Amino acid sequence: MGELALTPSQTVGPFLHLALAEPAWRHPVAAEDPSALTLHGAVFDGDGAAVADAVVETWQYGGPFARCATDDAGRWDVRVRRPVAVPTLDGTPQAPHVVVSVFARGLLDRVVTRAYLEGEPSNAGDPGLRAAGERAAVLLARADGEQSYRFDIHLQGPDESVFFAV
Amino acid sequence: MTEALTTFAEPPTDTHPPLDSPDYRSTALRHPTRPLLRLAGGLTDPTELTGPVFGAGVVTAADADLTIGPDGEAVGQRIVVTGRLLDGAGRPIPHSLIEIWQANASGRYRHRNDQWPGTLDPNFTGGGRTLTDNDGTYRFTTIRPGAYPWANHHNAWRPAHIHFSVFGQAFTQRLVTQMYFPDDPLFFQDPILNAVPASARPRLVARYDHDVTEPAWALGFRWDIVVRGPAATPFEELGHG
Repeated sequence: MGELALTPSQTVGPFLHLALAEPAWRHPVAAEDPSALTLHGAVFDGDGAAVADAVVETWQYGGPFARCATDDAGRWDVRVRRPVAVPTLDGTPQAPHVVVSVFARGLLDRVVTRAYLEGEPSNAGDPGLRAAGERAAVLLARADGEQSYRFDIHLQGPDESVFFAV
Repeated sequence: MTEALTTFAEPPTDTHPPLDSPDYRSTALRHPTRPLLRLAGGLTDPTELTGPVFGAGVVTAADADLTIGPDGEAVGQRIVVTGRLLDGAGRPIPHSLIEIWQANASGRYRHRNDQWPGTLDPNFTGGGRTLTDNDGTYRFTTIRPGAYPWANHHNAWRPAHIHFSVFGQAFTQRLVTQMYFPDDPLFFQDPILNAVPASARPRLVARYDHDVTEPAWALGFRWDIVVRGPAATPFEELGHG
């Protein structure tokens, strides 16, 4: 089998809404679904300013895929399923989490973070959280209501999110 | 239940542009400053090795033709843009969602944040999508976009480009990129294209293909997209618990 050279990434640019703001993928799970979980927050830049032209995508084992463009205050929200714990490839237990991609003007490639759920007992042994060490707090989404968690993303700065190589 | 999940080969270091690229001024406040956290091999999260499956009903044939507006056809050079979505091992990726968006023939985006005096076309919005076929092939009919001025530097213009959003089969393969047109004189001053390592830059430029050109209808451009392929030694079993 041949080896092909990979296509490089480019920024999503400021006009992503022409194709990547499909409202149907923002709330793929109905509110009445007992496993529904709202994940929401805001995206900030290195000055703490709102990133009003980003798109946030979430993915989790078994789905669903969700996507939401940020508003003028940098805010986004999706309604997905409460994530289930899935072990890593070598069988190491992980804590439940949602994988989050962020695309924006000024980002030449996506950045990938994870939203874990604060208070989950399995967080203590999770390899992702352990690898983040002292910075693990920025990977925790905070419960803020009935089946709702807040997860802010800081692209840069003192509260910079932990981004993973995938 | 055990599944054989493929881990993906790392992209060679001279593939993607660095996040910190000062000539592209918007990166200054948006690029992460800390190195990416890398969890190797066995600690791979199987979530990353899977991805959404979009059924055929997600797109219509009309979604792949950007030239049809509410009151007629869009203005400008009609083009066909086609190619194959492949992985690094050369395997076609069927049934993958590809989304595109672009400026019109004047270089104007139909977006509230684009207010430069390029003319708007009431019959061109500029967004489209399709699923690759069984052979990994995608095909769009659109209008050749014009160049678009921006404020990055003095007399800055983005070379004509079409934005592409590609899913592949797994989260790891997801790619957002831009396709450029051959022989564009604006490449020299574009910091977005030039942030890409020089050896990789040509992969973003489509090829004019007279065999794709349709007589008395549309010029043809061919552009293959290559996303990450399998690692040399894939993991065989998912978990043991």
